[in-house]
Amino acid sequence: MHLDDLAEQAATIRARDAETEHEIRVCMAASCQSSGSGQVLDALRAGVEPQTQSCRVKGVGCMGLCSAGPLVAVAAPGDTLNASRLYRDVAPTDAPAILDNLGNPEPIERLHCPTDQPFFTAQHRIVLEHSGRIDPDSLDDAIAVGGYSALVRALTELTPAEVLREVTSSGLRGRGGGGYPTGLKWSTVAKMPGGQKYVVCNADEGDPGAFMDRAVLESDPHRVIEGMAIAGYAVGASKGYVYVRAEYPLAVERLTNAIRKAKRAGFLGSQIADTQFGFEIELRLGAGAFVCGEETALMASIQGLRGQPRPRPPYPAEAGLWGCPTLINNVETFANIAPIVREGGDWFAALGTEGSKGTKVFALAGTIVNTGLIEVPMGTRLAHIIEVIGGGIPGGGRVKAVQTGGPSGGCIPRAHLDTPVDYDSLKGLGTIMGSGGMIVMDERSSMVDVARYFMEFCMTESCGKCVPCRTGTQQMHALLERIAAAEAGRAELALLEELCEVVQATSLCGLGQTAPNPVLSTLRYFRDEYESRLVD
Amino acid sequence: MSLHRPKPPLPSDDTRWKLVNATMRRNGYADHALIETLHSVQDAFGFLDETALRFVAASLDVPLSKVFGVATFYHLFRLKPKGRHTCVVCTGTACYIKGAGVLVDALRAHHQVEPGETTADGALSVLTARCVGACGLAPAAVVDGEVVGKLAPEALLERLDQLEHAKTAPAPPPRARAPA
Repeated sequence: MHLDDLAEQAATIRARDAETEHEIRVCMAASCQSSGSGQVLDALRAGVEPQTQSCRVKGVGCMGLCSAGPLVAVAAPGDTLNASRLYRDVAPTDAPAILDNLGNPEPIERLHCPTDQPFFTAQHRIVLEHSGRIDPDSLDDAIAVGGYSALVRALTELTPAEVLREVTSSGLRGRGGGGYPTGLKWSTVAKMPGGQKYVVCNADEGDPGAFMDRAVLESDPHRVIEGMAIAGYAVGASKGYVYVRAEYPLAVERLTNAIRKAKRAGFLGSQIADTQFGFEIELRLGAGAFVCGEETALMASIQGLRGQPRPRPPYPAEAGLWGCPTLINNVETFANIAPIVREGGDWFAALGTEGSKGTKVFALAGTIVNTGLIEVPMGTRLAHIIEVIGGGIPGGGRVKAVQTGGPSGGCIPRAHLDTPVDYDSLKGLGTIMGSGGMIVMDERSSMVDVARYFMEFCMTESCGKCVPCRTGTQQMHALLERIAAAEAGRAELALLEELCEVVQATSLCGLGQTAPNPVLSTLRYFRDEYESRLVD
Repeated sequence: MSLHRPKPPLPSDDTRWKLVNATMRRNGYADHALIETLHSVQDAFGFLDETALRFVAASLDVPLSKVFGVATFYHLFRLKPKGRHTCVVCTGTACYIKGAGVLVDALRAHHQVEPGETTADGALSVLTARCVGACGLAPAAVVDGEVVGKLAPEALLERLDQLEHAKTAPAPPPRARAPA
């Protein structure tokens, strides 16, 4: 298949879709489904039976504003989310009203959710550009918006070295939390001598409060497949694995479906786009172990073993799955690849800050008006994200702290909300970008309790292989319990701080090395809360 | 060249073993399909018992100790049967901030059951999960596969009571499914 053929196919699908006057899109991502969007979809479908040319009802991916679900958008085919008429908290009984109102220039007031509010307008969507617009189970929908054109272009017009150059010049850094330069990682794997190589997509999104990767997989799975195949071409790998949490049944189902359809259409398999390049993708399910997000543990789990990390080096790029060179990137990283190949590395590098390029998807949760999924350029100020996009604290309360980076991250106090969000600024504040969970806490949250919560998490999730993490997290948790219960004194607090240093310095993998972060960061900014509970 | 032991016979004529066998066959009986296989045992039987572990070990030609090691390492695998109903309370950060602890306490007080255990009458298993990803609906729980959000403790208890009373009613769909 040539690029022209694919473009023609896309144009045909768009022309066919354009014959429909109205498109009703019902969010069928996990959060809206939990609020009953499935019944809303059924009710709307039943209302336009038999299907006519004037209206098409379809299930789509995440539209972002999860707290207002079930969300329904009424649009003309091809419209972006912001150009559509959005309805919130829709019940199945609202279906007739929505259908009756189709041609009306005025929306239904009681359900209307204006898309000109900052939550929508202040975002910049690259990873989520098609999320909430296309049916994730339809390959046609993906092709219509340019899906797989970057893959076909890379295969037919670019050499692997040229793809590497675009990814490197884009300045993209790993979105899983570490922030390692993606181009450098790809180049390392590409430089390894030929033979079997693997591409692995880390979809073991374990940070509590983070659901970016799930939304991408549920809303636009073809984009991840395309990114992985381009990566395979660039580094010389013919086989890919997606390691996804078993806790995400919907993401698993849609990805399985997407892989099958991509294969049938010739975007996976052998001789893709009539070239010599072949690429297969297999799905591997996790089984509920947070540590499997660590790359060496993840590889062990793919190989059917207990998910325990091993020392690095050798890095997976040199010796990964079954000892072969392996490229491991996170879902969101792969989701950025197709746009970079399509628009060029320089286009991507023009977005964001000096050291952090492009955009970042965040899952906004906690005590905030607009909970949901957002995508903003790197360098956006925290205060802007929380007060403007997130709508601030319900009832007008004050933000006390923002937690980023999950159990490996820390709490940013109110005084630092003016900080731009990028890898280096967050590190300077004693937390990390992490995978993108952002949890807002108001004055009622106790920081000692938050630290204890994360320590309990790390304690139960420790794989038990190395002593500092296995024993250290237990001891730190016990100390935090005693401090929280006002049973401990200064000596215990000093011991806790000492343990933090030891565990940080001596643990084998990231889980242990970062486990003290929530304690250290709350001690740094909220030390008085600890001290007020001491008994001496 | 490697020596292959003959595959063991199915432990019983329960047709569910055929599903398990199909998973292993699809993966060419490779040892790295162990986790996939255990998933399919649990999907079919609800938990992993000794018969299943021995059968999988022999079929994949993996030491029983390794199978047991994997089965106990991962939180999702259960070695004991679960109750007629399950309630998984999400204890992710967003739910924690919004009161997941209160839900667990209410279950403990009302049903005398700790997270990870089943009530004495076998009616209800209570589990906790590390974020079910429904942060917009915090605090959330998954009751018999269905996510229920923005929960007050009373609402959760009432919902569980209804389950027991509606015992004869058909079970709700196991999971939210996308349309075909």
